[in-house]
Amino acid sequence: MAKAPARNARTKTAPPPTPNRERPAEPQLYTASKEELLKFYHDMLLIRRFEEKAGQLYGLGLIGGFCHLYIGQEAVAVGLQSALTEKDSVITGYRDHGHMLLCGIPPKDVMAELTGRAAGISKGKGGSMHMFSVEHKFYGGHGIVGAQVSLGAGLGFAHKYSGDGGVCLAYFGDGAANQGQVYEAFNMAELWKLPVIFVIENNQYAMGTSVNRASSEDQLYRRGESFRIPGLQVDGMDVLAARGAAEEALAWVRAGKGPIILEMKTYRYRGHSMSDPAKYRSREEVQSVRDKSDPIEHVKKLLEAEGVKEDELKAVEAEIRRQVNESADFAENTPEPEPQELYTDVLVETY
Amino acid sequence: MAIDIKMPALSPTMEEGTLAKWLVKEGDTVKSGDILAEIETDKATMEFEAVDEGTVAAILIPEGTDAVKVGEVIMRIAEEGEDASAASPKPEPVTRAEKPEVQEQAAESGTPVPHKVETGARQMFEAAKHDAEVRDPEIPAGTEMVKLTLREALRDAMAEEMRADDRVFVMGEEVAQYQGAYKVTQGLLDEFGDRRVIDTPITEYGFAGVGTGAAMGGLKPIVEFMTFNFAMQAIDHIVNSAAKTNYMSGGQMRCPIVFRGPNGAASRVAAQHSQNYGPWYASVPGLIVIAPYDASDAKGLLKAAIRSQDPVVFLENELLYGRTFEVPKLDDWVLPIGKARIMREGKDVTIVSYSIGVGLALEAADRLAEEGVDAEVIDLRTLRPLDKQTVLASLAKTNRLVVAEEGWPTCSIASEIIAICMEEGFDDLDAPVVRVCNEDVPLPYAANLEKLALISADKIIAAVKKVTYRQ
Repeated sequence: MAKAPARNARTKTAPPPTPNRERPAEPQLYTASKEELLKFYHDMLLIRRFEEKAGQLYGLGLIGGFCHLYIGQEAVAVGLQSALTEKDSVITGYRDHGHMLLCGIPPKDVMAELTGRAAGISKGKGGSMHMFSVEHKFYGGHGIVGAQVSLGAGLGFAHKYSGDGGVCLAYFGDGAANQGQVYEAFNMAELWKLPVIFVIENNQYAMGTSVNRASSEDQLYRRGESFRIPGLQVDGMDVLAARGAAEEALAWVRAGKGPIILEMKTYRYRGHSMSDPAKYRSREEVQSVRDKSDPIEHVKKLLEAEGVKEDELKAVEAEIRRQVNESADFAENTPEPEPQELYTDVLVETY
Repeated sequence: MAIDIKMPALSPTMEEGTLAKWLVKEGDTVKSGDILAEIETDKATMEFEAVDEGTVAAILIPEGTDAVKVGEVIMRIAEEGEDASAASPKPEPVTRAEKPEVQEQAAESGTPVPHKVETGARQMFEAAKHDAEVRDPEIPAGTEMVKLTLREALRDAMAEEMRADDRVFVMGEEVAQYQGAYKVTQGLLDEFGDRRVIDTPITEYGFAGVGTGAAMGGLKPIVEFMTFNFAMQAIDHIVNSAAKTNYMSGGQMRCPIVFRGPNGAASRVAAQHSQNYGPWYASVPGLIVIAPYDASDAKGLLKAAIRSQDPVVFLENELLYGRTFEVPKLDDWVLPIGKARIMREGKDVTIVSYSIGVGLALEAADRLAEEGVDAEVIDLRTLRPLDKQTVLASLAKTNRLVVAEEGWPTCSIASEIIAICMEEGFDDLDAPVVRVCNEDVPLPYAANLEKLALISADKIIAAVKKVTYRQ
């Protein structure tokens, strides 16, 4: 078949359309104080050490089932959630341990849930993928890919309905971004101007399928275009970029302009879950990201440039290791739920 | 030749309507597409268009007339070239009592005669006229009873709970401006405004998730599905998100939400729009499942459902929406969830049913009484948790039991009742329990096949005769 004649780009192409609606400003890198940088460093390192320990406990058979680790993606949640206030809510999928720690949930409550103990945040009945803390405004922890997007829109609805000024941060992955209900939720969220920040954590792989193999539009921040939801693409390996994007997104949403999408370009170092051998990518690819873009090393360098001494950082790390080990010991030794707990919490009321 | 124009049927269940307004008068010329009249059904006001052309020779039913039967001649049109006054002697306006039967009067008709098709749905619809013989013991003695349709009772329940609690809101397709696809939310938008009565896009999965998330966030949503057939799109949120929240969170996260809408076979809407999801949802721990029969129960149980801190699936029946029942006139009529109701006391056999099946069971009981069989009829009302005690107590009294269920037989509520009778009532059984369910096929469209597929009073009677060894 003959090819259509190439168009003369210079004469025939229309000038790019001028956007006819307001868009958020390009987010700026956040200017963090030394204290803030130290806090970012602490929080990211806490997640990493916690997840490494969880992986270890999984290997020992103390954690069962599916266990999805957040290693490599720490800058996303740390940067975004550092901008939240007490009235805001968070919801995510099953890769949820890190988000929970940042909501202020004690590591030992999370770790004990991973080992299925009565002292776990869900009394041992939820496990890695199903954890919640209403007290800390963390609404899960959802095992069905994409469910948290509609539910997050619902949390945004509740914020708006009750006029509490809160915003819901609804995280999902590049895989979930292809689920139909995501677009149903986008439509309603924009239609009703719900205070929701949709965060696409694009870690490049939906289990073993790379974004390019599964998404006809792989620039996921554009996924809201046909709903008039603006999107920003953000370097998710840089905590300052993440925090800067959060500032911009929160300003947009709190001004009543409706939802916004943040596509956080990130990378997970581990497999999709503990049982994923990750044969779909090379060891070199992973190593290269670790070497060049590690979010923790990045902040470490910034801190060193601020004059923070190696000793000081080592002290931070030592304290984190102590805390993580303590939570692991606790999770291993605290008792399993009583057998009668099997029948509790099915319903709230008695009929 | 004059053309008789007859009262049209404007919905599958419409039997009569109000001739609200004539938009033409005698002597007017009408052509195809002109609007002749406005007709009110129980659901909506509809415009009635001309198909035939000519001159209005006579208007036979004055505007404002209520209860005009479908098929009754309402006007006569003289065709072109015909003298409108001479075309047919203007009949004396017949008094309603002596008007002739429409079906026999079809000879000169230009429009087809809407004739009553004998369908299975119609049988169920007719049987549902039965009022309970035993007064609900929950109603205090001396309470005044008022007549309400099922849809009014449901609407009142929502309105009362919305007045009492600002966290309660309604969302769904066409619930606000359209006043409800089946007019169940009629008037709510006017009273509560668009903050609390919310039209959604046609996205069941999405809005079921939004509602569930709002419940997790502390609100008390009522999510209306236009029918539960469409909730198949949303079943993930009902089962995975709503039902399991409390358990998975170790009891700290509530999900107080009501999913409601019509369920079960409607009239001639065929396979994809006719199924009973009672057994599906009743198999899920963490859900409350309610399927009321009459308006009184619908009101009392919907109020209870809205107040509950647990997620509730509330299954209504479209064929019953327009039925009038007695409802107690009480400021706050709330029924306990999980309690069956004895609709008719009897000593020879127990018929257990729920939703529209109760009407059929009551009709069967009436006819059995004529043959000397005294049947007890139990309306389960709540499918989960199931009131086993009431069923077993009745079995202990009658020693014979039939389950009547408008739904498929396999893995049904009937199967569950039979299992309970086997496990906990075996010594009381004088005959095997028999289930009367719909045929085990997708519901067909053809009127005769639909009738064959659905349960009927005849089938219940046959089953009763079997367990009482009368045939």
